[in-house]
Amino acid sequence: MMEHIPLDFPFLAAALLVGISFYIIIFKKNLIKLIMGIAMLASGVNLFLVSLGYRAGGTAPIYTDVPEGTMVMSVPQALTLTSIVINVAVLALMLTMAIRIYRHTGSLDSEKSRKLKG
Amino acid sequence: MLTKIVRTVANQLILFIVIFGLYVIVHGHITPGGGFQGGAVIVSGVVMLLAAFSSQELKKSLRERVLTIVESSGALIFIILAFIGIGTVFFYNILVGTPIFGRIPAIGPGPGDIWTGGVIPLMNFAVGLKVIAGLSAVVLALALFSGGEEVEE
Amino acid sequence: MAELITHSPILIIAIPLLAAFLTPLIGMASQKARNAFVVGSLVFVTFLVFALARDISFNGIHVYTLGAASPDLSIPTGFMVPVRIILEVDGMSAFFGIIWAIVSLAAAIYSLSHIASETGQTRFYTLLLLMVTGGFGMMFTGDLFNLFVFLEIASISGAALIAYRTKFADTQEGGFKYIVVSAIASLMVLFAIGLLYAQYNSLNIAYLAQVIQYTTLDKIALAMFLIAFAMKTGMVPLHLWFPDAYSVAPASITGMLVITSHACMYAAFRICFTLYGGVINAPVVGWIIIIFGLLTMFVGVTMAVYQKDVMRFMSYHAVSQLGYMWIGVGVGLAVLGNAELIATYGRDAMSGGIFHILNHAMYKPLLFFTGGALFHYTGTRDLTKMGGLAHKMKWTTILYIIGTLSISGIPPLNGFSSKILIYESVYQFHPILTITGIIVSILTLASFTKAFHSAFMGAELPEYKGGKEVPRSMIIGMVILAAGIVFVTLFPSLVVDWAIHPAADALIDQGAYINAVTGAIP
Repeated sequence: MMEHIPLDFPFLAAALLVGISFYIIIFKKNLIKLIMGIAMLASGVNLFLVSLGYRAGGTAPIYTDVPEGTMVMSVPQALTLTSIVINVAVLALMLTMAIRIYRHTGSLDSEKSRKLKG
Repeated sequence: MLTKIVRTVANQLILFIVIFGLYVIVHGHITPGGGFQGGAVIVSGVVMLLAAFSSQELKKSLRERVLTIVESSGALIFIILAFIGIGTVFFYNILVGTPIFGRIPAIGPGPGDIWTGGVIPLMNFAVGLKVIAGLSAVVLALALFSGGEEVEE
Repeated sequence: MAELITHSPILIIAIPLLAAFLTPLIGMASQKARNAFVVGSLVFVTFLVFALARDISFNGIHVYTLGAASPDLSIPTGFMVPVRIILEVDGMSAFFGIIWAIVSLAAAIYSLSHIASETGQTRFYTLLLLMVTGGFGMMFTGDLFNLFVFLEIASISGAALIAYRTKFADTQEGGFKYIVVSAIASLMVLFAIGLLYAQYNSLNIAYLAQVIQYTTLDKIALAMFLIAFAMKTGMVPLHLWFPDAYSVAPASITGMLVITSHACMYAAFRICFTLYGGVINAPVVGWIIIIFGLLTMFVGVTMAVYQKDVMRFMSYHAVSQLGYMWIGVGVGLAVLGNAELIATYGRDAMSGGIFHILNHAMYKPLLFFTGGALFHYTGTRDLTKMGGLAHKMKWTTILYIIGTLSISGIPPLNGFSSKILIYESVYQFHPILTITGIIVSILTLASFTKAFHSAFMGAELPEYKGGKEVPRSMIIGMVILAAGIVFVTLFPSLVVDWAIHPAADALIDQGAYINAVTGAIP
């Protein structure tokens, strides 16, 4: 069954995620939707990084009960892991600032709660 | 605070979650896992406790001073382990060949040997400590903050 | 001492990181010990940076491999490609490192009094030291993924520090805009790094510069890199977040944000000149950078003329000054393939742009610090409410005058030296650039004179009669930067020969960078 899915499918999914998230970031006004858009952009980039690490005929670099084949060097997985950790910190920071903006101005709409103009 | 059934089940489940998280941290150099992954598993257990008990109750057990000290010391242990090898190069793995975590793994398939890896398992412990303390502080602060209380200093 | 110089690239990054995690433990004990510890570690790091820069000017590029058997074993025995994380410090990195060290030291000393009445100061100093680590890491790394990680460290600490004063609503808004822009820019950088890794299986800048061919995916990656770094440095039309974030931060953090945008310019130069140096379509990319640099200069200064908030006014001027640097280096990029034009005016244009980076890093944080002193004294940033402050704040007035003369390019100060270098060399490329630059200079001088008159001159207002000059540590922070300005004013040719020309040559010649890593097989 796995052979009938074309190999480009994960890249199409990653591009779709990135495209939808850019639409959300540019056009939506609610702050929470903006934060969700950035989380979706992060997921799209992480999916892209993992799917470019596929090597046909390779096995995971784990020694316990390993099948036959050459072991891959797990650099893209390390990049993805670092990216996930960084995005956790960024999202926590953005959520805190959104809560404080709501406390001070009473609205989560980015048009109504702007004080800096010009 | 939720009902008595939820609280009792949460009290029993947290033990299994902590053991699984520690398993993932300790075996970070032979199976997938490591410092951040195991720490995130344990913090998900803390979030479960936060949902079962209220954040005011949990604030009495996880004091902010203790969390800060554990977090800073986790990061300090990591950097000091990196500095130990500065006689040769920074980050040099000086524990290879010594009895502490120093065996060389056999090439080819076989059961994983936990006493390999040199400085890397110790760094996994340090990162795990820091992630547990740090993410618990973040989750607790967000829960207290949205409940209306400000954390000063 | 020689051992210290060999290990200094990693020590400069690791010592602020170690200090950042010791600060909460020391801060629980006593406040004075924590302040002394923070300033002491930054003084030690500044000393190390100067020693490293001096060693590079004598002995060439420094390569440091993390985790190998010896520091310069960049390709392990039996391998053909560099495998480990490598730090590589050449003339350009050392130049930016010196700027970063001096301004961080001035910002830390300035903060000792500026935030003395706020809560949570231990966390402020921890985040400040983490931001210093992030900056040094971005400048000294030879590896694309480390660039991404240290860029994120600097951005997250910067955003948390902008929103430090949580009593006000506009600080949170500025911090939110900063972190959103930084997150999008960093994810685009990560996407481009993934594209490069998928084709060439390596993350090392020197090795990639050797094997890169200019396929379509590489062009997409170059476009994403340049857009992401243009977002972070505030190039028009992506500059809308810039004044919001810079005007609400504590004044020492605004100074650090200025040099963070310089560090992102360094990353853009490293990508354009060293990574893509041999294969890039130089005239097209150079002209795009020049056109956007012109727009940036012009839009920045015209928006600044009618501002009433003193920090917002200065941040629009920061936007327009960044345009000068992009034009200088853009002209150098546009003639990169042509050795004769490089010798005639290309190298001078790049030297002008890089010299302007040095001068801007001296006078712009100084101007922001004086704005912060005005805020500390009067409690407001609104220029229409201030007046007659020159009677009580004598030091601040003198330092503001030095900054104004410097930014407008009045001889003999340092702003004039770099601007004349840019004007003369860029005129031979296309005259319109010089004419726009001179017009922007005149408008800059006009708007700063108006602000000076409104804030400092005139009769003393009754509500400000009781205060005295701002605290001593804020003055010391400003004087460090003013001393830098005076040094560059008195010895411009010394600075150009020792610091600027090696940096420009390190960018033009990518062969030395590659050989330092791949030629170093023992």
